[in-house]
Amino acid sequence: MNYIEDFRNSDRAKKLLHSIISIISKKWVIMEMCGGQTHSMMKFGLDQLLPQQLEIVHGPGCPVCVTALELIDKAILIAKKRDVIFTSYGDMLRVPGSNSDLFSVRATGGDVRVVYSALDALQIARENPDKEVVFFGIGFETTAPANGISVLQAKRLGIQNYSVLVSQVRVPPAMELILSSSENRVQGFLAAGHVCSVMGTKEYVPISNRYHIPISITGFEPVDLLAGIFETLSMLETNIWGVKNAYSRSVSSEGNVEAQKMLDQLFEPCDRNWRGIGLIPMSGWKLRSDFQEFDAEIRFNVADVQSQESEKCIAGLILQGLKKPADCGAFQRECTPQNPLGATMVSSEGACAAYYKYRR
Amino acid sequence: MCLGIPGKISRIYNTDGIVMGIVEYGGVMREACLSTISDAKIGDYVMVHAGFALCKMDEEEARETLRALDEINDVSLY
Ligand code: SF4
Repeated sequence: MNYIEDFRNSDRAKKLLHSIISIISKKWVIMEMCGGQTHSMMKFGLDQLLPQQLEIVHGPGCPVCVTALELIDKAILIAKKRDVIFTSYGDMLRVPGSNSDLFSVRATGGDVRVVYSALDALQIARENPDKEVVFFGIGFETTAPANGISVLQAKRLGIQNYSVLVSQVRVPPAMELILSSSENRVQGFLAAGHVCSVMGTKEYVPISNRYHIPISITGFEPVDLLAGIFETLSMLETNIWGVKNAYSRSVSSEGNVEAQKMLDQLFEPCDRNWRGIGLIPMSGWKLRSDFQEFDAEIRFNVADVQSQESEKCIAGLILQGLKKPADCGAFQRECTPQNPLGATMVSSEGACAAYYKYRR
Repeated sequence: MCLGIPGKISRIYNTDGIVMGIVEYGGVMREACLSTISDAKIGDYVMVHAGFALCKMDEEEARETLRALDEINDVSLY
């Protein structure tokens, strides 16, 4: 079994595409939830091969894009402090805050370091006992176990100079927000495969039932994406709804139960602001009180920051499937990956950056 | 950001009380945390994201998916 090549096989992809074309009978709007899927879809040119009647819109599943502006501003404030080593996944460094970004902090002498994992950040804390080491813990359910285990380890090993700026977000509340809007256009979903590897498929069943919406759990290779689209489209065309798993090699209905136990020990649900979208009730996780000593917002007392978004940026509407990047007046003009106005132009998985890169 | 890569476990060990491993991705090796895959064995494939194994890959399911996809009939909608 070749887990990559078998799911990039072009004969298989062509056949699936043909099946999609042969069953579609009218216009439909399907949203892919995950920025990784947006990126793959364009990288492999699938969006240009799919029938025109099928409109694919891009959901808010890019943590770089939805991390609240005030959290970026808090990250910048903390990173500027002397005696702080600020660590982050690389994509966050160019995300614009209200007035600056983490790259500029580094350029002006701040100690900002890119890490591959939160455990690497914890290791930096152990090697620098005279510094405060802060990790920017962004991400969805996919990233929560990787970020969370560093806090568990810090507690277990008594590492006191480590803390996390927590920005964990969850997918299901965002789906519900999109579906409950009076302007909603989304008729079916491709759910984010790796979020489901952790959380399983069960959270999506009540959403499908409540809104009568077909959902396919979908992976990231071309064959996976086409299979997810085929499953969702088949449900739409036959007027049924439910949750189908088109990514069963890495998603089970229960998900990773051990990881869920760890998450439950560490985190509790909280309201969270999504950049461009606003507050989504119970859409985030914060550290439980047992772990508050590792919460960087508390440790550095950065509760009140005044944040100001660029007036031109319509990324919030794009992330809800209401607009496309080309609808933004700044797209490719003032706003480019070299000089991004909004976060969706930064990460390669942001819809604006994907449209820019692949010239859509 | 949520992309992950499937890789093959080539070593398993314990570091400071958590299970870690070396995972191979087509010849390239990297350390990953295996702490929530308690039945992990050398030779198993795992999906790794940000240095953390999210799940074990299920080979049976992968074969079944490919078989089902190869059998989709263009015109039949259940
Ligand atoms: S092109 Fe730039 S300004 Fe316009 S929506 Fe995208 S990120 Fe925002």
